[in-house]
This record gives sequence, structure tokens and C-alpha cells, in this order.
Amino acid sequence: MNELRDNSDVGELIQFIVIKIDDEQYGINIKYIDNIVRMQQITRVPKVDDYLKGVINIRGEIVPVMSVRMKMGLAEDEITGKSRIIILKTGEGDLVGIIVDQVNQVLTLDTNNIEKVRYDDKKGSGQAKFVGGVGHYDGGLVSILDLDAVVSEKEVKEKTSNAS
Amino acid sequence: MDVSQYLSVFLDEAKEHLQSLNDNIMTLEQDPENEDCINEIFRSAHSMKGMAGTMGYTRMQNLTHDMEDVFSDVRGGKIKIKSADIDVLLQCLDAIQGYVDNITENQDEGTDEHQNIIKALADIRNGATGGDGGDAAAPAAEAAPAADASAAASSADGASDYKAIKLDPSVKSTLEEAASQGKKLYGVTVHIQESCILKAARGFLVFKGLEEIGEIAVSDPSTQDIEDEKFDYSFSLILITDESKEKVEEIVKSVSEVEGCECGEYDLNSAKTTEDKEEAPAAPAAEAAPAAPATAAPAAAKAPAAPAPAGGGAGGKKPVGKPVVNRTVRVDIEKLDVLMNLVSELIIAKNSLISAANTSGVSNGNVNEQIEYLESVTTNLHESVMKVRMVPIESVLQKFPRMIRDLNKTLGKKMELTMTGEETEMDRTVVDEIGDPLMHLIRNSADHGIESAEIRAQRGKPEVGQIFLHAFQDGNSVVIEVGDDGNGIDAEAVKNKAIEKGVVTPDQAALLTEKQCVELLFHPGFSTAKQVSEISGRGVGLDVVKSKVESLSGEVTVRTKLGEGSTWVIRLPLTLAIIQALMVIIGEEKYAIPLDSIQSIEDVSPADIKFVENKEVINLRGSVLPLIRLNEVLDTESKRNPDEDMVVVIARKGDQQVGLVIDELMGQQEIVIKPLGKYTNKCKLISGATILGDGEIALILDTNSIF
Repeated sequence: MNELRDNSDVGELIQFIVIKIDDEQYGINIKYIDNIVRMQQITRVPKVDDYLKGVINIRGEIVPVMSVRMKMGLAEDEITGKSRIIILKTGEGDLVGIIVDQVNQVLTLDTNNIEKVRYDDKKGSGQAKFVGGVGHYDGGLVSILDLDAVVSEKEVKEKTSNAS
Repeated sequence: MDVSQYLSVFLDEAKEHLQSLNDNIMTLEQDPENEDCINEIFRSAHSMKGMAGTMGYTRMQNLTHDMEDVFSDVRGGKIKIKSADIDVLLQCLDAIQGYVDNITENQDEGTDEHQNIIKALADIRNGATGGDGGDAAAPAAEAAPAADASAAASSADGASDYKAIKLDPSVKSTLEEAASQGKKLYGVTVHIQESCILKAARGFLVFKGLEEIGEIAVSDPSTQDIEDEKFDYSFSLILITDESKEKVEEIVKSVSEVEGCECGEYDLNSAKTTEDKEEAPAAPAAEAAPAAPATAAPAAAKAPAAPAPAGGGAGGKKPVGKPVVNRTVRVDIEKLDVLMNLVSELIIAKNSLISAANTSGVSNGNVNEQIEYLESVTTNLHESVMKVRMVPIESVLQKFPRMIRDLNKTLGKKMELTMTGEETEMDRTVVDEIGDPLMHLIRNSADHGIESAEIRAQRGKPEVGQIFLHAFQDGNSVVIEVGDDGNGIDAEAVKNKAIEKGVVTPDQAALLTEKQCVELLFHPGFSTAKQVSEISGRGVGLDVVKSKVESLSGEVTVRTKLGEGSTWVIRLPLTLAIIQALMVIIGEEKYAIPLDSIQSIEDVSPADIKFVENKEVINLRGSVLPLIRLNEVLDTESKRNPDEDMVVVIARKGDQQVGLVIDELMGQQEIVIKPLGKYTNKCKLISGATILGDGEIALILDTNSIF
């Protein structure tokens, strides 16, 4: 949050990958992305939470894959030819994959054009708590995914984490 | 001089020397006349003094110096070690250990001078009877001369002189023969600058130079000791040559960092022989000089009996005369980890190649042959790398005799520790981790197991309690048994305690078998010690043991008989990274079951299933074992016709067995264990995952968690 405020004075440019989940567009800060892979066979792991779809093999490493849709309380993923798995780097250096419906474009946003959103300002719908901010660009608006919330194992609490 | 780069070597060696001192002092306690031990202690103390001095740790140097002096006197026959002295010596070791610990932590030895111990050591030398370092307060005045004397002794020790060289009869005859042939005999004493770091190399250069013009008949210390830097800043030798004295001096002085040399005609008649030394009660100065050759011989006899600690190329234990090449290398464990990872990748690649060859239909004989060859190479490579990582468990066990000795005193019980299988080898990472659990178990045996002397007498047991530790390899695992002939575990007492602590409810407790009761001991926050002592009884011990062992993919069980003793059995896998596994299919998924937990594979007809307490069991060759349908446990659908014969994998854990129903067998495969990411490791049934030849992931079943 501080980071964001400091940056906004300078007006730093950040690149985002714009993805589609359900009907909404989300931006993911490119610096958290390790890799984007096509849908592949996911090995199911028994006795874990539903949203954890299983594990995949990324360059010899076992990487867990989760469904953002299920975390958001949406319908189960429909795997199409456009579905992708985005491999994210978490804070501790672990990799985790999230399934998205489509990857659209790379978007460069000025930090001045990103509006911080507190999730309790919103209506509190399922998706809302995963949105850390909203970016304005020529074509419209894009929600910035709060990755901490997405990959956390617990329900997101009253928290205003950084818009990544 | 910046010595920080030598710090890790210093610490490694200091630890080895401390261990050797500990062992030898313990031996000395049993056998105060043991010369090998005394010599060994002297040498270790001497080396530590030198090392500490080089590194600039003066307090440690002083302490080891005083200890060395004591043993110098013991060797000289001036004093004898009494049992009270052993305590002082052990305190001294603890103090040195303290220095080493301080150095490990912040590269500083700390400020504790340990004056009381130094004083106590001086008392030993003065023959004072006061044993304990704390209360044996010798007058300061008395201690001072002792220190002076020791300083003198050490300087004499340091300075070498060719005139003092002791001659073996054989060497003497060689010299006489050379002299009779008209060759010249020179005695040479070489002094090396004290700032010199590579003393051994300088010594070697001197030797090399002199050997070009003649023959070196004898040197003091021995060539081997000089190469191992086991000398202070000077050494002497006798040279047989045709060249002039000036030439000899010139050669010696041409070597850099040589401060000077004394060279003179060697007079055979004035030579001292080794026999002389034995007859005459030599003065300390003369005593110290021939120390190395005289003591190396018994050490040589000892070396084969006690295998040197892994990676410790302790040069001092080599026989004199024959230059034995040091055949060990110290390698950073991280480099081995990298190597192991590469081998893992290679095995995955090999598996991929096999599956690629199979699917692409290249079943040409030559391809198969080459693949088989590759397979045998990778398997051998894996085994070799694994062996490199293996170290004898000895390094962990060494500290236990001392611990038992101390426990004897603090607990006021009489106990004896016997250990077997110290040479059993395990992966380095496992050995590093297993020390604490074993220590807990031994302390547990000492504190809770062994009864007090009166009770033992009442029960007709020998007065001295026996604690044992047996380590041995059993197939693909290493088993360590720790036990005692003490009280055993009272299942009722455990049960009552468990109820009292709220670990189980009285209703639950009523249903527990004796065995299950005993296993309650592993429950967190459990301790049956009636009195909390400093040794155990904090109620964390067994819980910690269990979780530690399980984190190493091992298991711990206990056998006990009330009144007769108990035995804790730790079973650990030989290796952590690569295992042989049985690949099976359950539903549509592939799973790997570690081969060493599998006893057999059976075909079982559905008609043979019986029910006990509503649970499915089968009768296998006379023993009834529960049947577990893995598809149910793993939440998947079996693809097998329920009327068909079932494939049942019989898994074992200790003496328990269980039948695991699977759909299909795929075969045996060498697999590389990969950890599951942090989100998916919640499932206790799955211990990890592996990547198959086609890049697919198979989960590894932890059969131990099914029991």
C-alpha cells in the first residue's frame, strides 16, 4: 500500500497481463508471473480443498494448481482451448498455478491510473475480495488481482493489501 | 594475518580433537595406565594448542597448553592420573567446547579465562590431591611456578636440535656404514619463520633439496609428521652426503621463509639411541623432542581398530615411515546436494527415454540394449553418489558414553552403555538430525527406565543398569534400537496419566489395548516422570522424537515388558531422494508405493473376504489382516469388476500388516521423490510425488499413515 502511494507520485509504469475469468477482466502484475502454460493434465491430489485442482509438472518441479473460479465461488472451470495456467511466484519463492479462462493482452499502466479499492467499499460479492485495485486505460477499466488473496489458504480477512 | 578463511577447517578439526579427547579421557578413567590413550590425548591437546594459537585464540591456547603439560608429565611418569583428575579434565574439555561454541557462533572465543580449571590442572601437575576444579584452591604462588615450568617445557618442546635426535639401532648402523664408506654425516637443524603458514611445504622443500645431494637418514620429527605440520617452527635431520657443509647450508637457506639453520658434523659416538631414552629418566625437554616418533607407533596400531571419522583425514594416525597418502577429501554437503539433484534429473530423463522408446515403437534390439546399459549406469551412479553422502552413525554416538557417565553422577544410578553398529552408514542429512532424538531416548532410559539401586536389588537385577544402542542395516532401512533393562513401561500408569492430562477420555481409554496405551507416550505434552528432573520430564521428549523421526520419513515404535525393560526402535530410510517403488493404478490414477514397505502381492478372491467388527479382513497364511480399499481412501472409482479377483498389496509396518486393494499393477520403477507444494501437502496419505517417464505426475503413497 505504501509502495503504491509512493509510486503514484512518480507515476511508474507497470506491466500487467490481462486475463479473463468468467466475464470479467483482471490484471496481474507481470513481476509475479513465472510462466504461462497451456492446459495440461492435472494430477488430482486426494483429501485437499476443492479449489485445489491438483499438481502439474513444470520443468521437473511439482507445482500445485488452483481454480480461481472456485475460490471466487463461481461455477467450475470449463476447460477450452483458450484456458491457460498462469504460474505465479509467491513471496517465499514457491510456485503456484492458477487456471484462467483466457489470456488477453499485456497492458502497461501508469500507477497514477490505478485506483486503490478497499474491498469493504464494494458490495462484498465473491470476486470483490480478490480485487486490489482498478486500472484505467484507453479501452476501459481492468480489475487488478490481489494475488495474496488469491493464493492464500485462508479466507481473506479485513485487509487492504497492496494492489499488485 | 587474516585467518577467517581457515575458520571452518579449524572448527572441524577442533571438534574432532575434542571428541578424541573425550573418548580417550573416558577410556583413561577405566584404564589409567593406558599409554596409547595418554599419547593420543597429549597429541590432541598439542594440536589444539597449535591450532588455537595460529588462529589467535589465546585463552583456548592457554587452556589446552596446560592440559598438554599435564599429559606431558603423565607420559614422563611424573604423575599418575587419578579418578578425581578425570573430572577436572572433563571440565577442561567442557571449557574448551565452550570456546569452540563461542567461536562457531561469533568467531570470538569469549572472555572466560577458566582460571579455576587452569589452577586445578596445575594442582594435578603438582601432585595435589584436590580433584575438583571448583574447590581445589591451590595458592596462587604455587600455581605460578608451575606455569613458568610449563612455559619452559613448551619452549623446549618447540625447539628442536639435531644433537638430540634419537637413533634407532637400524638407523645407527646405516650411519656407521655410511661413515665407514667415507661419506660425511651432517646434523642439520632448520628453523622456520614463525609467520610461515605452510610450514609443511617449507619442510618438504628442504627435504627435497637435501635429497638431491644425499640421503636423509633420519629426521625429527618424522617425515610424516613434518608433512602433516606436526612440528613447531624447527626440525632436525641427519644427512648422509658427499657435499660440503656450506653446500648443505646454502640449500637449506635457499628455501624461503627459513629463518636459519644450524649445521654441523654429526658425531656418531655422542648420538643417543632410543634405548638410552628408555633407561634414563629423561628431562622434560629431551622428552618432548622425540615425542612424535615414539608415540606414533602405538597410534598406528590403534588406527585400524577405530575408523577415522568420515571426512576427517586425520594424518596423525598414520604409521611412521611409510608415507600414507591421505585418501579422503572434505566436500561441502551443498555440492553433494547439487550432485544428487543432477543424478535425480538424470534418472527422470532415463525414465523418459524408456517410455519414449516404448511409445514410439522403437523396439529395436540395439536400442533396448543401450537403454538397459544406461539404466545400469544411472543406477550405479545413484548408488555411488548415495554412498558418498553416507557417513557412519558413529559421529553421533560418540558423545553418548560421556553423557551416560555424567548421568551416572547426576542421577546417582549405576548405568552402563553398550553400543554396537557404530559403523552403520546413513545419509549425512539423516545423521545430522538423528542425534537429538537418540539423546532423548537414552536420557529417557537413564531417567525413567533404569531403577534405583535398591529397587534393582529387590528385583534381583544386577546392580549396574544396562542401556544399549544397536544400529544395523535392514534392507533399505537403518534400524536403531535404544533400550534398557530397567522398569519397562507401565501401560496402566500411562493410561491413568493420559486421562489425567486430558489426552484421552476415560471411555476412550477403556477401549485401548496395552500397546495403544504405550503409544500414548508419543502424544504431545505427555510425561510420566513423577519428578521433573533436568534430564527429562519436560514432557516434550518423546513427542519430539516422533516428529523428528517422521520428518526423516522414518518411524519409531516401542517394545516393552513391565519390570524387564523397554526398547525403542527407530527405523529410517537409507536414502531420502530416490527409492524403488511399485507403480500401481487405482481408478484412473497412478500411484507409487515404496518397495521396502511392501511384503508381498496377492491375488484374493472376493469370496475370501471375511468381516470382523464390520471391517473387511482376509486370512493370509494363517494371519488375519485388515483390508483397505485404496480407491475409497483416495476418493476415486475402482475400474475393476467387483466379482473378479482383487490385487492386494500386503504392506507392513513393524510387525503389523495390512492388505491394500488396488486395481492394477504397473511394475517396479526407480523413482525420484519430489516434495508436494505447500498447498497440497495436507494429505497425510501422500508423502510426495514423482515425475514419470512421460512427464506425468504420480503421487507416492505413505503406507505407514494407513495403519
